[in-house]
Amino acid sequence: MTSPLQQKLKINGPVVVTANRLADGAVVYRGEGGWTTKLDSAAVTASAAVVQDLLAAARADGLHAVDAYVAPVQVTEDGGVRPGNLRERIRSSGPTIDLPLQALRAKVDHVPVR
Amino acid sequence: MYLYDELDRTLVGERVAEFRGQVARRLSGELNEDEFRPLRLMNGVYLQLHAYMLRISIPYGTLSSAQLRMLAHVARRYDRGYGHFTTRQNIQYHWIKLEELPDAMADLASVGMHGMQTSGNVVRNITTDQWAGVAPDEIEDPRIWAEVIRQHVTLHPEFSFMPRKFKIAVGTSRHDRAALRIHDMALQMHRNGAGETGFEVMVGGGLGRTAFIAKTIKPFLHKRDVLSYVEAVLRTYNQFGRRDNIYKARIKILVHELGAEAFAKEVEAEWQSIKDGPLALDEEVVADIASRFRYPAYARLQNSPAELAEAPGGDRRFEAWIGNSVAKHKVPGYAIVTLSLKPEGGTPGDVTAGQMDAIADVADRYSFGEIRVGHEQNLALPHVAQRDLPAVWRALNAIGVAIPNVNLITDIIACPGLDYCSLANARSIPIAQEITRRFRNLDLARDLGRLHVNISGCINACGHHHVGHIGILGVEKNGEEFYQITLGGKADENATLGTLIGPAVPYAQVADLVEDIAAAYIELRERPDELFIDTVKRTGVEPFRERVYAAR
Repeated sequence: MTSPLQQKLKINGPVVVTANRLADGAVVYRGEGGWTTKLDSAAVTASAAVVQDLLAAARADGLHAVDAYVAPVQVTEDGGVRPGNLRERIRSSGPTIDLPLQALRAKVDHVPVR
Repeated sequence: MYLYDELDRTLVGERVAEFRGQVARRLSGELNEDEFRPLRLMNGVYLQLHAYMLRISIPYGTLSSAQLRMLAHVARRYDRGYGHFTTRQNIQYHWIKLEELPDAMADLASVGMHGMQTSGNVVRNITTDQWAGVAPDEIEDPRIWAEVIRQHVTLHPEFSFMPRKFKIAVGTSRHDRAALRIHDMALQMHRNGAGETGFEVMVGGGLGRTAFIAKTIKPFLHKRDVLSYVEAVLRTYNQFGRRDNIYKARIKILVHELGAEAFAKEVEAEWQSIKDGPLALDEEVVADIASRFRYPAYARLQNSPAELAEAPGGDRRFEAWIGNSVAKHKVPGYAIVTLSLKPEGGTPGDVTAGQMDAIADVADRYSFGEIRVGHEQNLALPHVAQRDLPAVWRALNAIGVAIPNVNLITDIIACPGLDYCSLANARSIPIAQEITRRFRNLDLARDLGRLHVNISGCINACGHHHVGHIGILGVEKNGEEFYQITLGGKADENATLGTLIGPAVPYAQVADLVEDIAAAYIELRERPDELFIDTVKRTGVEPFRERVYAAR
């Protein structure tokens, strides 16, 4: 569908290269010379040539991360980096919903049958 | 329960060992991702937005208490303490680590569970009625036939690289509880004029970007011919199905483009060449498979025992639950209990490890150790003595799964959506959660009656939105989530695709719109007992559109 992996590369603003870590699937970003789990530490660029280099380096490193692609970001006034769309916000911060254990934390978890 | 034989146990054990080696070679770099991806997919391992996802099949929706406890263990040990039941009698874990997957799979294999046939272009987990073997309206247990087919197609080399995935469902009741007609192939049992039982064969159903209701290509197939005919359909699809375009590769497109009649002719020609060969089913073989399904030693009990006359402590919630979640059983004095996994503000189909353990305890004590999984993302206890219903209610109520909203507007089917899924365009779960909050008043929900809301976060339609009485499809417009609403779909024996009611609305308006649809229904229905789906059928969607979109 609209998986970024299936879309043509279009650079209309600042972007990063992102992927999932091989061992556990965690979201990672391409930083200077390697991967980082922190978006703030990612290499941000709006240059197609730099993106191509980042992507090539990311894809060459298939041992640490997989399915690399280019994701939009927003750079805040203080230089912080924020995900550029909802999909990337969810990848970066996790589901927008409470996970079941959080939702149920007020309840008794296991009631033995008497 | 079904007892796996030595062959099954060996197969599952060998698969774990094989996958352990594959994971080790991937982690060491010996295999690259292109080489590894198809191998992990053959074991139900997907890569989602945040983590790997492991999908485990629950053949014909039947679980033992030991298996449910193992699912709880896997949730605790390898995931984040919960699992998610899907719309195809599978369970998914959304936070599994690749490096721990072989251990998780070994644990699952110890109770005969695995991820085979939950991914890839193979015959997927064969689904059926979650009330199989206990439904009063059933001709015979559909699981026997699902198992006959499962044994034949599991890891069958000819059907391991089909044009696309292939989903089969089997039903033997008058009322279709397994959404047969939205499957690639469905077998519906009938009794013919001579009193013999056999199957109507339907093909080419499916949702996704091009939705079709399955078409009948064989009105009555004798049971001895089930395997040969299934094989003939699979071969015809394998030969003529498109491999050049993933969006046109499902059998529904082939059946649509060829026409059901022409497709049936191709199948017939293939079938004639194999029907009297080794695939003709020997009665003894079927009897042997049937004998591995074990039925409880039911006590001789009467319906409506005295224990039911008085609610526990006069609790009105118990009465509501009896009226909503408890169904007739084929054996006198017993009942089928549905466990709603649709709490207010919850995620449809999610269950915590603690709930799984508690449900396993209840099943052991009150349901002969057996649990069922339905495509509506709820569970069921299939063999509860009616006299035990008060105790069962107390136990289920204590863990939040005795919500009397089965088949009501808050019993929502929803895919994981953009909160988890890498294919999704929009979120499904928070939409479902908001609708459950809007209709938290059970009197209101009950007044609306039977009303199925189905939500998908993309056109792939895992949330079966086309066949929801109210269907909600998430789409993306200029980076924002929008939702298309359809009315009048249904997935039962009169399966119909819903009709679009109007332009897509933004995320924040979806629950309002569902409330407006509910209000329009109350205004439009002829009598309080005219079901929502019948009102839509009678009036069409136009009166709903006028009322719901007038102010928008």
